[in-house]
Amino acid sequence: MENFDMALVDWSRAQFGLTAMYHWIFVPLTLGLSFIIAIMMSIYVRTGDELWKKITKFWMTLFGINFAIGVATGIILEFEFGTNWSNYSWFVGDIFGAPLAIEGILAFFLESTFIAILFFGWGRVSKKFHLVSAWLVAIGSNLSALWILVANAWMQNPVGMTFNPDTARNEMTNFWDVLLSPTAVNKFLHTITSAYVLSAIFVIGISAWFILKKRRIIFAKRSMLIGAVFGLLSTLFMLMTGDESARQVFRDQPMKFAAMEGLYDGEANAPLVVIGFMQKKPTSENPKNADFAFKLEIPNLLSYMAALDPNAFVPGIHDLIRGNEEYGIISYYEKINMGKIAITALSNYKEAKENGDKALASIELQKFRDNYKYFGYGYYNDPYNMVPNVPLTFYAFHTMVGIGVLFLLVFIFVIYFLFKKDIVRARWLNYIALWSIPLAYIASQAGWMVAEFGRQPWVVQDLMPTLSAVSNIDHKSVIITFVIFAITFTTLLIAEIKIMLTQIVKHSKIEED
Amino acid sequence: MYICYTFAKCPALSISMNIFRKILQFYIDGFRDMKVGKKLWLIILIKLFIMFAILKVFFFPNFLQTNFDTDEERGDYVLEQITKTNKEE
Repeated sequence: MENFDMALVDWSRAQFGLTAMYHWIFVPLTLGLSFIIAIMMSIYVRTGDELWKKITKFWMTLFGINFAIGVATGIILEFEFGTNWSNYSWFVGDIFGAPLAIEGILAFFLESTFIAILFFGWGRVSKKFHLVSAWLVAIGSNLSALWILVANAWMQNPVGMTFNPDTARNEMTNFWDVLLSPTAVNKFLHTITSAYVLSAIFVIGISAWFILKKRRIIFAKRSMLIGAVFGLLSTLFMLMTGDESARQVFRDQPMKFAAMEGLYDGEANAPLVVIGFMQKKPTSENPKNADFAFKLEIPNLLSYMAALDPNAFVPGIHDLIRGNEEYGIISYYEKINMGKIAITALSNYKEAKENGDKALASIELQKFRDNYKYFGYGYYNDPYNMVPNVPLTFYAFHTMVGIGVLFLLVFIFVIYFLFKKDIVRARWLNYIALWSIPLAYIASQAGWMVAEFGRQPWVVQDLMPTLSAVSNIDHKSVIITFVIFAITFTTLLIAEIKIMLTQIVKHSKIEED
Repeated sequence: MYICYTFAKCPALSISMNIFRKILQFYIDGFRDMKVGKKLWLIILIKLFIMFAILKVFFFPNFLQTNFDTDEERGDYVLEQITKTNKEE
């Protein structure tokens, strides 16, 4: 690590991780609750039932609290791009510019204009215009998410661009390739549906608390019904998009896929680990090696999940590093060589151009272009340093999937008890619904951990690792801002929870309608 | 060309002003009637102040913007950074 301050890399990653994770505490509830409110308001406008108006207003209050506390927390991430990740920002600038500008102009203004009408419009604008505003707030907030997720998807699977060796920037060659890449489409759909599920759990969990306290039962049951139906549909869609995401990761980020399953040695007819416990088992080749102390598997399912073929070969970490001729897998060693050729060629190209040697510049440029695909590998000598944290990725993935499946059952049970039984008497189910709220946040964060820890060491897949993306600044300044963020965001989170709980308790004391 | 000097003589301008006044009144009434919202707006303002007046100014200068004058210099610098080999070992 002679050329690089790894403390700076680690602190910059920790700081970005902290702010991104806190930001993501606020965002999913906004994305999902906005649609739930729009649905509730639609029922009110259609039926004229005053209770639906009260229900809508109550959830709007909680939405408003979450929106107010969470708004602009994402701007911190943009500060960090400019200060801590300047190499990366420059490298990707033209690709990120377009989606983020569209987000700023279109989605933000749509959202912020109509949110005022949504909150101030009761009795001041027509019911229909008010309802349209509610739907536009929901669509606007989800459009905001689209653009940032497109940018993230590009980092996981960079397409639609070409690298300009004269400016050291990637330039967009096809906007639609970036916007409609399968990774972007799937990431957007999977992320927003997971946000809908979280919001649905939030609604049924708080409604369950009302029922447990025997307060505002009809109010709570109606809220629960909307939450559970919305949540069930969202969960089904989330499982479908998750399934498709797995195949995409298998194709485009096979190392992440192997880490998600803790698969070191690839195999045909690969089983899916349902539950497993990993322990460290260092080898001379890989000191970070881990293996299962215990695992419960379903035969062939991983092969089917990856390639829709129960007999398909799924490469493990060792196959990717050592290569596997039989299955056409290029080894990390070869990729490292090609990466080094690309880096050297880029440097030589620049030098030849400065010296006015056009012939040499042309040769070096061609060499660079031929090997650019593996540019990022050239920073490494030991391929095992390009393996993500396997136990962390494995546990995060299985936590996310396990909780997602649990929610499917929760929604089904809630709907069943609402229609066929008395949910008020099913205290166990109400307790499960209530305690599902923190689980939803854990699953949501775990999902991002899979996406972001699993793709390490890449900031831009195969092209730029984190260690070459950071700015050359003093790591002590990063530690200071890390602490400031930790304090600020924790304060905001405490404020949100406190204000929300106050409002929930206050509403629970209102007499039944 | 007809030029409006007063609202009374210019119906289009008068209508626009009325719409503007209505929108303004809508926001004023909305803010006045807020309950929880007042506390939330206070939090938003404090948060934005911390972000833009403290963090952005003192802790988050744009590294390339502040250290280099032209895009060419910035490009050259980044190119130099990303072509440093043997970063890992």
